[in-house]
Amino acid sequence: MIGLTHYLVLTGILFSIGLVGVMRRTNLLMLFFSTEILLNAVNIGFVAVSKFYGDLSGQMFAFFIIAVAASEVAVGLGLLILWYKRNGSVDLNSLQMMRG
Amino acid sequence: MYEVIAFYLFAALTIAMFTIVVMSKNALYAMSALAGGMIFISGFFFLLDAEFLGVVQIVVYSGAIMALYAFGMMFFDTTRDVSEKMRSKKIAYTLFVLSAALIVIILCAPLASSSVQANFPTVEHVGNVQMIGLVLFTKYLIPFELAAIMLLVAMIAGIVLASKKMDEHLNIEDEELGNVKESR
Amino acid sequence: MENYLYTALFAPLASSLFVALFAARPKMLFTGIVASLLIAVSMICSFVLLVDVNTYGPLHVTMMDWIAAGNLEIPFGFVVDEVSVIMMVTVTLVSTIVHIYSIGYMDHDKSFNRFFSYLSAFVFSMMILVMSDNFVGLFIGWEGVGLCSWLLIGFWYHKHSASWAANEAFIMNRIADLGMLMGLFLIYWNVGSFQYDDVFAAAPELPVGIVVTIGIFLFIGAMGKSAQFPLHTWLADAMEGPTPVSALIHAATMVTAGVYLVIRAGELYSLIPHVGFAIASLGAFVAVFAASMALVNNDLKRIIAYSTLSQLGYMFVAAGLGAYWIALFHLMTHAFFKSLLFLGAGNVMHAMHDELNIKKMGGLYGSMKATAILMSVASVALAGIYPFAGFFSKDKILEVAFNEGAYGLWLALFIGAGLTAFYSFRLVMLVFFGEKEHVKYGIHPHDAQPFVIYALLPLGLLAIVAGFFEPTFEAFVTRLVSEYHIHIPHATEYLLIAATLGIALSGIGFAVYKYKRGGFSKSLEEKACYRLLSNQYYIPKLYERCIMQPFTVLSKFVWQKIDMKVVDFTVDIIAKCIYSSGQEARKIQSGNLSDMLRWMIVGMLVLLAFAIIYSAMM
Repeated sequence: MIGLTHYLVLTGILFSIGLVGVMRRTNLLMLFFSTEILLNAVNIGFVAVSKFYGDLSGQMFAFFIIAVAASEVAVGLGLLILWYKRNGSVDLNSLQMMRG
Repeated sequence: MYEVIAFYLFAALTIAMFTIVVMSKNALYAMSALAGGMIFISGFFFLLDAEFLGVVQIVVYSGAIMALYAFGMMFFDTTRDVSEKMRSKKIAYTLFVLSAALIVIILCAPLASSSVQANFPTVEHVGNVQMIGLVLFTKYLIPFELAAIMLLVAMIAGIVLASKKMDEHLNIEDEELGNVKESR
Repeated sequence: MENYLYTALFAPLASSLFVALFAARPKMLFTGIVASLLIAVSMICSFVLLVDVNTYGPLHVTMMDWIAAGNLEIPFGFVVDEVSVIMMVTVTLVSTIVHIYSIGYMDHDKSFNRFFSYLSAFVFSMMILVMSDNFVGLFIGWEGVGLCSWLLIGFWYHKHSASWAANEAFIMNRIADLGMLMGLFLIYWNVGSFQYDDVFAAAPELPVGIVVTIGIFLFIGAMGKSAQFPLHTWLADAMEGPTPVSALIHAATMVTAGVYLVIRAGELYSLIPHVGFAIASLGAFVAVFAASMALVNNDLKRIIAYSTLSQLGYMFVAAGLGAYWIALFHLMTHAFFKSLLFLGAGNVMHAMHDELNIKKMGGLYGSMKATAILMSVASVALAGIYPFAGFFSKDKILEVAFNEGAYGLWLALFIGAGLTAFYSFRLVMLVFFGEKEHVKYGIHPHDAQPFVIYALLPLGLLAIVAGFFEPTFEAFVTRLVSEYHIHIPHATEYLLIAATLGIALSGIGFAVYKYKRGGFSKSLEEKACYRLLSNQYYIPKLYERCIMQPFTVLSKFVWQKIDMKVVDFTVDIIAKCIYSSGQEARKIQSGNLSDMLRWMIVGMLVLLAFAIIYSAMM
């Protein structure tokens, strides 16, 4: 029988894949994809907890996370396009103005 | 039995899709894999009796967000392979292993407090969508409205940012940048 | 009557604070006038209190609770009894005259206002010292006068010698004050109170050893303030201050605080007569020791300073032998004629354009008649010639020494009287009579402004007549302090008086005779004993060699080895660690988003680890 633990382990694995993406990718667009993975992994966790504890709060959280993800993509893509128009590249290594 | 098979199938597919997203050199492949992964995740939601969220997942993620990415990618040169020089691979993979181990340990460990009181308990014989609607428009009304405003703001911001000087060519921008650099 | 008490006490404070408002401004005449008026008000109140105490007895007020911590309870209380009222009258009288005198003396000084502020602050501290009804209040006043003394000696702080002298005085006093503090701690430890009444009531029950220790420690404090041997060197150097300061602080009031302390704690010292005798012996030694240094010195003010030292020795002889009222009496008369002498010296200095070497003066009588007469009067009083004030008080002290059977002390004081007479008239002769040496230096002396001279007249009058108050004074003061009876047959007494008068007169006569004929030959100055005296027995040199130089070496060692190599080094190491860690950590801030994300993940890992540890602990 599939229990909460299964879902949580899956969440963990997906989250870690997202982390690998975050660390590995230097293309900004790909970085956005990785963050989407992170968010989705967490969503699965929330919904699973919601199901197994009989509490709707988890689903509510997942819902709001989706809303936040949507706005993030909108703004993020806008910025990305602006940056691409300026520099012709969305490589992270071209973004080093904050060097201390 | 059917549930077990579904879970493992979806789990395998999701992991595979997301691995492609993370590892693929081609941006188009990555995006397509991401869209697939999103849909498979909505499968989990259906499995977990969260039909509403499952639908939202398909509509918002696979429909809206992926479409947005697709439009966004039209600006970039996607046919070319993404050349990524990952620096210090060892560190990255050590971190990955460590974090995966930790997260799994934490999530597999018996939950610290087993006596969780449900804030908004699910009610028997009431549809998931109806329950979510009830909670969303009673307890979470203000966050819901705020989320709506946030989405509106994000939309406007996206339009403004992306459409800025849409009619001008890249080269002019380059010259401007050069001027700015010189004047510094 | 309380109002008079508070007025007497706080008028100087008001004066000081008011004048302090203008301290940084250029000279304003009214500051001096206001200060003088307020001090005069204080003086009048003191006189009213004198009459009141004489009629109704002592006055004791408690203004407020001051320190209340645990068992320690010290009220801000003041007592005006026979002893303190005498001190108050003396202090305020001399202060008033010195204030008025200073208006003339400091006329051309840039820091005219500041001077009056300090001077009034000094009077306030002195009033606290003498009026307090407990040892802590006395100590506060004690430190207050020490501070004002430091400020005033170093008044011309741009002069290196002045600031050096100020520091020397302050440090010497600190050393002695440590002794006094130890005494105060012992008192509290054993009695549990600082009130004079409680302490003196409890003293007879205490073990003798404790009382002896307390007595010695308190006397160490008195030694510092009254510049007794071996802490005497600061007083002569303190003459770097303006002359009115020397007159007020280093002759009439502050330096007598030590004597006042011994008189005040008389009930304590009467329990331990052997300590009293030691005090008296030290006093007698200082009386001769200081007088001998005064014999050869050529500095106008230093001669008077040594004379002050010598007279303080006389007071300590009387106080140590238990004749407290005589000590107080000599304190009072000495305040009058010594401040007169100093103020006269100030006039001479002004006339001579701050020239202090008496060998360069001479024949000033012609141009400064009033000052000359006043200083002569003061010198005669100092020498102790009937009917001047010094005669009565000094003679009494000699009688006390004789009465106690301390013939050694008597002899010392007797010789001291002769020396005193000689050096004071050596000074008068060299300054006012004889050859007009100053003409060579092109100085045209003129006497001080008339109001300055008039201000000095009361002191001159008192220097002449104060001695005749002796019976009244004795009756008044002995109501509080123990009486002292002299059991010498009348014939012997007259013989003693005649002898003392004789040696004083012969000292004067010798001085007049010698210096009328041009003084001693030059060859005397080459003699060893002359050099010994003029170098102050080499004691300042000794201090420099044996204390200051080793201390400097030690300080340098501690500075270079311990402070620089250990303390600073440690601090530097800490700073360097932080600095280099900052340099290293700076690389984290590479500006690369990937790196930042990795660091974010590291942070997340750390937090997760914490979460695991935390839940394991639960």
